[in-house]
Amino acid sequence: MRVRTLAVALLAGGLALTACGKEGTPGDPGTGPSQQVAADVKVDGSPTFEKMTKRGKVVIGVKEDQPGLGYKDPTTNKYTGFDIEIAKLVAAKLGFDEAKVEFKSIPSAGREQALINGDVDYYVGTYTINDKRKQQVGFAGPYFTAGQDLLVKKEDSSITGPDSLMGKKVCSVTGSTPIQYVKTKALTEPGNIVELQTYSQCVTQLIEGAIDAVTTDDAILKGYAAQTPDKMKVVGKPFSNEPYGIGLAKDDKALRDKVNDILDAAIKGGDWQAVYDATLGKSGSTADKPVLDRY
Amino acid sequence: MDVLLDNLDLYGPGFLSTIWLFLISAAASLVLGVVLAMLRVAPVPVMRSIGSSYVTLLRNTPLTLVFFFFAFAFPLLEIVTPATFGSASGYYFFAALCALILYTSAFVCEVVRSGINTVPVGQAEASRALGLTFGQMLASVVLPQATRAVVPPMMSTMIALLKNSTIAAGFSVFQAGSISLYLSERGENQMIGLLWVALFFILLVIPMSLLQRSLEKRWSIAR
Repeated sequence: MRVRTLAVALLAGGLALTACGKEGTPGDPGTGPSQQVAADVKVDGSPTFEKMTKRGKVVIGVKEDQPGLGYKDPTTNKYTGFDIEIAKLVAAKLGFDEAKVEFKSIPSAGREQALINGDVDYYVGTYTINDKRKQQVGFAGPYFTAGQDLLVKKEDSSITGPDSLMGKKVCSVTGSTPIQYVKTKALTEPGNIVELQTYSQCVTQLIEGAIDAVTTDDAILKGYAAQTPDKMKVVGKPFSNEPYGIGLAKDDKALRDKVNDILDAAIKGGDWQAVYDATLGKSGSTADKPVLDRY
Repeated sequence: MDVLLDNLDLYGPGFLSTIWLFLISAAASLVLGVVLAMLRVAPVPVMRSIGSSYVTLLRNTPLTLVFFFFAFAFPLLEIVTPATFGSASGYYFFAALCALILYTSAFVCEVVRSGINTVPVGQAEASRALGLTFGQMLASVVLPQATRAVVPPMMSTMIALLKNSTIAAGFSVFQAGSISLYLSERGENQMIGLLWVALFFILLVIPMSLLQRSLEKRWSIAR
């Protein structure tokens, strides 16, 4: 009898909880332009490419929690965003159509290890190119140039840039480059720095008024601002230079050159612009085309 | 070695904060856990049910969820808010302490209660016959004997607490669990970085194991 009462209570509770769940999906998923798949692609001397061909599909590491860039819809399990479209574009030009692409969600902290272990063939996910990282992995690109910026409440006019953060609570992801920058430059008091697990949590705290600003790359912030443009805005004064690259195995120069060729053609042709317009461009802001940095 | 030396600004404050989190929440959860265990064996049914509902609720909730509650939902109740502490980081440290203390005390309670169960019923009956009150009986007859039996499982609970404290990394408390996240953004080799973190954790656990051994030896009796 007691067991049955408990079971009924749990069932009722479960139903009540599911009923107040979120309906629909946030924002417009934004499907990208379809890519033409190249045939008979050869990348001589690339172990990664050899592995892909043997496997018959390409495994791409991406982010899953950044709307507009790399976002996995929890209900449909579909990936959308600018990074995702770039990843698909590269895959298509390497001869893999959408059915042969497998996305793998990998958070920032696991990127190097995933590339070193060969868990993913390449990584496209707000991956800033820098020399320290080049010691562990290789980079093609940049395919986008972002900069650190601030996301604030729509009606907040007190925060105009990095110099006006004193006394304000600033949030970002634990240990991320933007929050390390805020810490080392002492842009706000140490007690006002909030580090959470995801940007989404920071954004929720911003809307609730628990914090005053979210800081990270403008591309990520634009993605959030585009979801609820009536509540939040991006300050729009980037104060760093973050070239996003495609992460590859460190010593695979053949594949790196090939991916650089693909990006070069996409940027010079219309493909890059088409991808941008279909994803991040929906936030209403334009972006400069990146300049490739081969090595 | 370079990974450690180049990032001493992470390892030093990180582990210091971990140790503080651990010491405060270990002490508080021991006290709260013993009180809960006393409730669970109390002669008053209401007290018993308070004790058992607490344990059922907290022990069955994932720790991350408890953290979530204190970091995000609790301030909305406006009992204790970041304003009480004057800074956001002060509040998040308080939230982490609350989560760790409340969660661990449920486990401590069950460990202590199992210790109480090892004391033969005759002891309690004898102390009642001598005219001791319930509190006196627990404090001077049952708990001292129970303590002896619970040393090994209690140490395991405390070691688990030490490691659980790393969850606070996701809730704005900088400690040992945050180090690897910082390292990856600095472009350091994470594997080596994590090995150092693991090594320091072992160094923290060793004294606890030694303490356990010496207590066991000191309190051992021939049965």
